[in-house]
Amino acid sequence: MGFRDLIADFKLQWGVHPDGHKSLTSERPIESMPLPERLVLPLAQHIGAPARPVVAPGERVLRGQRLAEPVGMVSSAVHAPTSGRIADIGDYPVPHPSGLAAAALVLLPDGLDEPVAFEPCEDPHSLEADEIARRVAAGGVVGLGGATFPAAVKLGLGKRNPVHTLLLNGGECEPYLSCDDRTMRERPQAVVDGARLMARALGAQAVVIGIERNKPAAIAAVQLAASGHPEVSVRALPVRYPMGSEKQLVAYLTGVEVPAGGLSAEVGVVVHNVGTAAEVSRVLRTGEPLTHRALTVSGAAISRPANLRVAIGTSVADIIAHCGGVRRDVARYVMGGPMMGMLLPGTDVPVVKGSSGVLSLTSEEAGGGSASACIRCARCAGVCPIGLQPFEMAARIRAGRAEAAVDLGLKDCIGCGSCAYTCPAKIPLSHYFSYAKGSLAAAERSRLKNESIKKLTAARSERLAREAREKAEAAARRKAEREAAKRRAAEAAAGEAAEERREVPQVSA
Amino acid sequence: MLIAVTSLTLIATCLGLILGIAARRFHVEPPELVSELEAMLPGSQCGQCGFPGCNGAAEALADGLAPVTLCPPGGPALALALADKLGVQVELGAMGEREPTIAAVREDICIGCTKCFKECPTDAIHGAMKQMHSVMKEACTGCGKCAEICPTEAVTLVPVAATLGNWRWREPAFA
Amino acid sequence: MTTPVHAPHAHDGGSVGRVMRLVMLALLPVTLWGFYLFGWPAIWLWLITVGSAMLFELVCLRVSGRGGPTILRDGSAALAGWLLALTLPPWSPWWIAVIGSFVAICIAKHAYGGLGQNPFNPAMVARVALLISFPLEMTQWVAPAPLFSGTGPDAIEALERLLFSSPIPDALTSATLLGHVKTEASRGVDLLASVPSFGAAAADGIGRHAGSIGETGSWLILAGGLFLISRRVIGWHVPVAVLAGLCVPAMLAHGLDPAHHLSARHHLFAGAAMLGAFFIATDLVTSPATVTGRLLYGLAIGFLSWVIRSFAGFPEGFAFAVLLMNACVPIIDRFTRPRIYGHGATDGRAA
Repeated sequence: MGFRDLIADFKLQWGVHPDGHKSLTSERPIESMPLPERLVLPLAQHIGAPARPVVAPGERVLRGQRLAEPVGMVSSAVHAPTSGRIADIGDYPVPHPSGLAAAALVLLPDGLDEPVAFEPCEDPHSLEADEIARRVAAGGVVGLGGATFPAAVKLGLGKRNPVHTLLLNGGECEPYLSCDDRTMRERPQAVVDGARLMARALGAQAVVIGIERNKPAAIAAVQLAASGHPEVSVRALPVRYPMGSEKQLVAYLTGVEVPAGGLSAEVGVVVHNVGTAAEVSRVLRTGEPLTHRALTVSGAAISRPANLRVAIGTSVADIIAHCGGVRRDVARYVMGGPMMGMLLPGTDVPVVKGSSGVLSLTSEEAGGGSASACIRCARCAGVCPIGLQPFEMAARIRAGRAEAAVDLGLKDCIGCGSCAYTCPAKIPLSHYFSYAKGSLAAAERSRLKNESIKKLTAARSERLAREAREKAEAAARRKAEREAAKRRAAEAAAGEAAEERREVPQVSA
Repeated sequence: MLIAVTSLTLIATCLGLILGIAARRFHVEPPELVSELEAMLPGSQCGQCGFPGCNGAAEALADGLAPVTLCPPGGPALALALADKLGVQVELGAMGEREPTIAAVREDICIGCTKCFKECPTDAIHGAMKQMHSVMKEACTGCGKCAEICPTEAVTLVPVAATLGNWRWREPAFA
Repeated sequence: MTTPVHAPHAHDGGSVGRVMRLVMLALLPVTLWGFYLFGWPAIWLWLITVGSAMLFELVCLRVSGRGGPTILRDGSAALAGWLLALTLPPWSPWWIAVIGSFVAICIAKHAYGGLGQNPFNPAMVARVALLISFPLEMTQWVAPAPLFSGTGPDAIEALERLLFSSPIPDALTSATLLGHVKTEASRGVDLLASVPSFGAAAADGIGRHAGSIGETGSWLILAGGLFLISRRVIGWHVPVAVLAGLCVPAMLAHGLDPAHHLSARHHLFAGAAMLGAFFIATDLVTSPATVTGRLLYGLAIGFLSWVIRSFAGFPEGFAFAVLLMNACVPIIDRFTRPRIYGHGATDGRAA
C-alpha cells in the first residue's frame, strides 16, 4: 500500500463496515448447476425498454438462440440458455420487491442442449470499436454487478465524451457476495481480456482494476494476468461499504467526482463490473451470448453456501434446493447483497442477468426491528458517501414534504443503505428515500398526464366549437338554400300570378 | 407605570391604524389569479371537485373556499403547484395515497350507444355506433362521467392496475 | 397489500438504548466517586432525581398515549435525570430533585414532542430553572464528607435530612472556587489573594473540594469521555472545541491580568467544564449534526462559559452557555451543511 493510498484512505470519511460473511463462500469454487426443469426468462432483465419476443409459444429453440430482441436505444436481447420448447409467453412473477408479475418467456429444456452455430472470433482485439460494441449488444450483455445497464450502450459512451480510463469494479463491497472474487481468482485472464476489449471499444488508454484489500488472492491473480499489459493496472481498495458504488470508485481511483446528475463518462471515466468484463471476453471469443451467470448462494439459513454458475431463468427455489435447502427459519430471502438487494416475496422467481446473489437470511442476520424516534445522533450523515443528511431528509419526507428533501439532495442519494444500516433508532431511512423518489416520479407522471389531458380537452372543445360552427354554417346554408328556394318559389309564384293577372283581363275581357 | 401603559397603547394603536389603512389603501386583488389558476387546472370540466367546471374551481381556490387538493385528476402534483401558487401549506396525506381509478368498459354489456364518448371531457373513449367502446388509458382522468351516463352500467371505474412501471414504495410504517 | 421490507437487510446492531447505556456506563466512575466524596445525601439525591425523572417520563408517555413502561428501556429519561443529579449541590433537599426532574422531563423534553424533538438540553434547562428560582438552595455547597469517614450523616440520617430539608451544619458548608472568588472579588479581594486562600484542591482535578455531585472528579469524567469517544458514541469535536474555547481566552486573559482572571487550569478543574464538555454539550439531540457545526458550537460554548464566569454575576456559566448555543443549533446546522458529492467541485476538491 503506497503513500498515496494511505492519504486517500485517511481522507475517506464515509462508509460503514458491515460484517462481511464472505468466508461462508469465498473458498468455494464456482460450480455449474444442472439445468432445472423450467426456465422463466423475463423480457425486462435490464434497465431500459423490455425486449420484444421473436419466438412463438410452442416453438423449439436452440441454445444461444435469440428469443427476444432489443427495442429502442437502451435495451437488451434475451437468449435461450439451452435447447427446448417455448411453453408460454405471459406474465410471471419476477424478482421485484412488489411481487408483481411481468412479461416473460417460459422455456422447457429438452435435455439435448443443442446449440445454434456460434461465430467464434480468434482475435477480438483486431475488431473495430463499433464491431466490439455490436457483438457485445448481440450477446445480450448487461452490467452484471446489479445495475443491469446494457453494456454495449455504455461502450458507446466514448463517442460522445472522450473516455481516457476504464475502471473495473472488483470491490464487491456487499456482504456475503463472493462470486466476483471467485471470478477474478478463477478467470483472471478473461477479466483482463474483457477489460482490454472494452477499453478498445471505448477508446480508453488505461484500465484500472480496483479490488478491495480483503481479496488478496484475487488481487494477486489479476495482477499476474495483467502483468503483460502495461495499460492495465490493479489498485487495492480500502474495505468499506459502499466502495463499489460507481461514484465512490471514480472519486477514489481518479480523484475526480462525477458531476451531480451526470455520467462518469463526462469526466472521462467509465466503470464496468469485473464479472461483465469476463463475460465480454467470453462472448466475443466464443460468440456465445450471455445465458448463464455466476452468483453466490449464502446466508446463515442455507444448508450449503456456494458459488454457482446458473442458467438465467432458473428459479430461486431450484437454486436453494440444489444447495441442500434451508436448515433454519428463513426471515428473508434476498436477491443481491443485503445492503441494496431486494427482499423476494417468494422463491418462485427466476434468477435474472443482474442477480449477483441469493441469500437466505435468519432474523438475527437481517436485523431490523421497530423504529423509534430520531435522536439526531447524525451517524447517518457521518456514513453517507455522498455527504447528505439522511435524518433531515427523512424528517421532511415524514412531514409530507418530499420537495424539501430534494433541496437537501434527495436526488443525489445512491440508495446504498449505509444510513439505515447504522441508524440506532432503526429508522428505515432508505425506505423513506425510495418512497419519496417514487412519489416524486408519480407526481411527475401525473403532471405530464395533466398536460396531455389539457391538450386533449382543448382539442375537444375546439372540435366541439368547430362542429357547432359547421353545424351552424350548415344550418345557415340550408336556411339560405331554403330561403333561396322559397324566394325562387315566390318569384315563380309571383311570375305566374303576373301572368295570371295578365291573363285575367284577357279572361275578363 | 401609567406612562408606560399609555405610551405602549398609543404606539400599538397608531401602528394598528397605519397597518389597517395600508391594507385597505394598497390592497391589490390580482385579477389574473383566477385565470392563472384555471390554466393550471386540467380543464376537463369534470366536476369532481364539486364546483361548476374548472373556472368555478379556480374562483373558489382564489377566494380560499376550496382546498388545493380539490382536483382528483390533477393529483398531488397539481396540489403542490397550486399550494405554491397560493402560498399555502398543503396536507397531501389523504390525497397522496388515494388509489387512482380509470374507466373500463364491460364488453358483454356495452350496447355501443356512444353516449359515453360524447360525454367524455378528454375524448378518452373511442368506438363507433353499435360497436364496443374502448378506453384510452393515457387520456382517462377517472372523472366518472361516462359511468354516470351509461344506460347499461357497462362503464365502471376500476383502480389502475399496478405494473412494474407505476409501482412505487409506500410510506414506511413508523412506530 | 403490505409494504415490503426495504433494503438494507442488515444492521450494525446498535440501538438508542445501547447509546444511552454506554453514556451511563461512562458516567458511572465519576458518579461513584461523587457518592464517596459527598456521602449518603448525594446517593439519596441521585436516586430521587433519576427515579422521579423516570416517573415523569412514564406519566408523559402515558398521557400522550405513546406506549407503556417498555418505552423507558431506551434509558433517555434515566440519563437526563442522572445528568441533572450530577449538576446539583450534593445536599440539596428532595424537592429540588423532583422539581428539576419535572422541568427536565415534562417541560424541556415532552412539551416539545419527546425524545429527539427538544431544542434545549433537558438537564440544563432544569438546572437553570432551579438556579433562577431557588438561588439559595442551589448554591448551598458542602465540603466533601466522604463515606466511612464519619464526617457525614449515615444513610437514615441523610434521608431525614433530605426529606426535612435540614440546614447544612456550619462545619460543613463551603463554597466552590468559582463562587468563592466571585464573592471575594465583590469585597474587593483580587484573585492573587482569594485563590490561594481557597486551597490547592480546586486545581488538581481529583475533586476534593465543594461542588455538585458529579463535576469535581475531573479525571474520571475525562476517562468516561474518552471511553465514549473510543466507542464512537460521541465525536471528539465538541469536547475539544469546548475546552479550547474555554482555555484559550482564559490563558490569554490570565497571562495579561492574573489578578482578575483565573488560570485555564482553574477553569478546567474548578467547575463544570469537564462534565459539560464531555457529557452535556455532546448531547446528541441538542448539538449540531455537522462536523464544522460541532466545532463552532463547542468553541462558542467554551467561550461563552468563560465570558459568563469572568464578567457576569453568576460564578458558573456553563449551563447558560449550553442553552444559548442550543438555540443556535438549527442555524448552525443550516449553514454548515456538508458539500454534496458532485455538486460545486468536479475536480475532487471541496468547493
